Amino acid sequence: MSVGAWEAFLLVLQRELRLSFRRPDQLLQPLVFFLIVTTLFPLGLSVQLSLLRDMAPAVLWVAALLSSLLSLDSLFKNDADDGTLEQLALSGQGLTVVVVAKTLAHWLVSGLALVLVSPIVGTALGIPTAAFATMLLSLGLGTLTLSWLGAIGAGLTIGVRRGNVLLSLIVLPLAMPLLIFGAGATDRAIAGSSAAGAVYFLAALCVLTCTLAPFAAAAALRITLE
Amino acid sequence: MLQGVSVSLGPNELVHISGPNGTGKTTLLRVVTGLLRPEQGSVTWHGQSIVRDRLEYQRAMAYAAHEPALKGDLTAVENLRFSVGLKRRAPLKELQSALEVTGVGACADLPARVLSAGQRRRVSLARVLAMRATLWLLDEPYANLDAAGSDLVSRLLQSHVLAGGLALVVAHRDLTLDCAVRRLELQS
Repeated sequence: MSVGAWEAFLLVLQRELRLSFRRPDQLLQPLVFFLIVTTLFPLGLSVQLSLLRDMAPAVLWVAALLSSLLSLDSLFKNDADDGTLEQLALSGQGLTVVVVAKTLAHWLVSGLALVLVSPIVGTALGIPTAAFATMLLSLGLGTLTLSWLGAIGAGLTIGVRRGNVLLSLIVLPLAMPLLIFGAGATDRAIAGSSAAGAVYFLAALCVLTCTLAPFAAAAALRITLE
Repeated sequence: MLQGVSVSLGPNELVHISGPNGTGKTTLLRVVTGLLRPEQGSVTWHGQSIVRDRLEYQRAMAYAAHEPALKGDLTAVENLRFSVGLKRRAPLKELQSALEVTGVGACADLPARVLSAGQRRRVSLARVLAMRATLWLLDEPYANLDAAGSDLVSRLLQSHVLAGGLALVVAHRDLTLDCAVRRLELQS
């Protein structure tokens, strides 16, 4: 009995989540980085609350992008190093299914975790609770988009020594629109004006990367496996 | 790297690829898997290029590379479940019995990282067995194995070939099996 794509997707997703929870250090590293970086700012600017509130969206987004990048390097590299990537590539399922499952698992354990702790960070940065909904939504869309962009970069840099540096150089310029519109949406929400335009733009970017990045990342993996 | 290599394989046949280090034995095997694309020539399966129906070909094939390709944080049986499960629906009992056949049944629930090199090789052989593939592509399957393990590999290869299977095996040692074995010696 052959296995369908949906079944294979669920199996790879389950594998990735199980592996992540068996390595709690790698799971917590981006989250702790995010919390430390964002809490350093209130400590440094404690007497200037207005300045902190003005900077909060940018601080939040830069920290979220950098901490997401921390775990992107290992998205495919661990599998390539121990030979399991070859087994996945020859599994009879196509690399696109594997890429989708692995990237989604990466977002669930890194991006979604950041989104869930962001209200704590938002409170520390003086972001009003009324802006939390927009902040959560925009961060969710932004980190998911970053995971898709990162999958392409991670696929291209598997075989490169110190690939994490190259990965940052590939992904960060592509993540600029996320930073601009993500921080913009949070900023508008703090000011009490409508952030719909920026959120729609982030959603469009997310849909675009969800649609194209799995194929691009799978092609990158195929090239690097040769 | 490789030039003028031609090999065909039919049911009940095993081709033993041998030759000095660096002659391209592993490269040839990777070309046959489809992981590497040849600059010239092609690999065909049932008369069709493997590129045409790549996924169907992959489902008919089991590849064991020189590295056992196991996740250290997963148990032996989980490793099998997550790799064999992508090719066919294999019940847990079947995976455990594959591990027992290869002599690592007692290690089924141990993380792969605590297993010895020989035990890891046996787990990778159990994966090949559990895939129930027609074509076996094995790169140095005797590596890291003791005498009993080597006998086991020979027995598995023999029963696979006698049951109508095909096998392409890279090995430095001589293969003495009670089935049709053709030798392909690569020269530098």
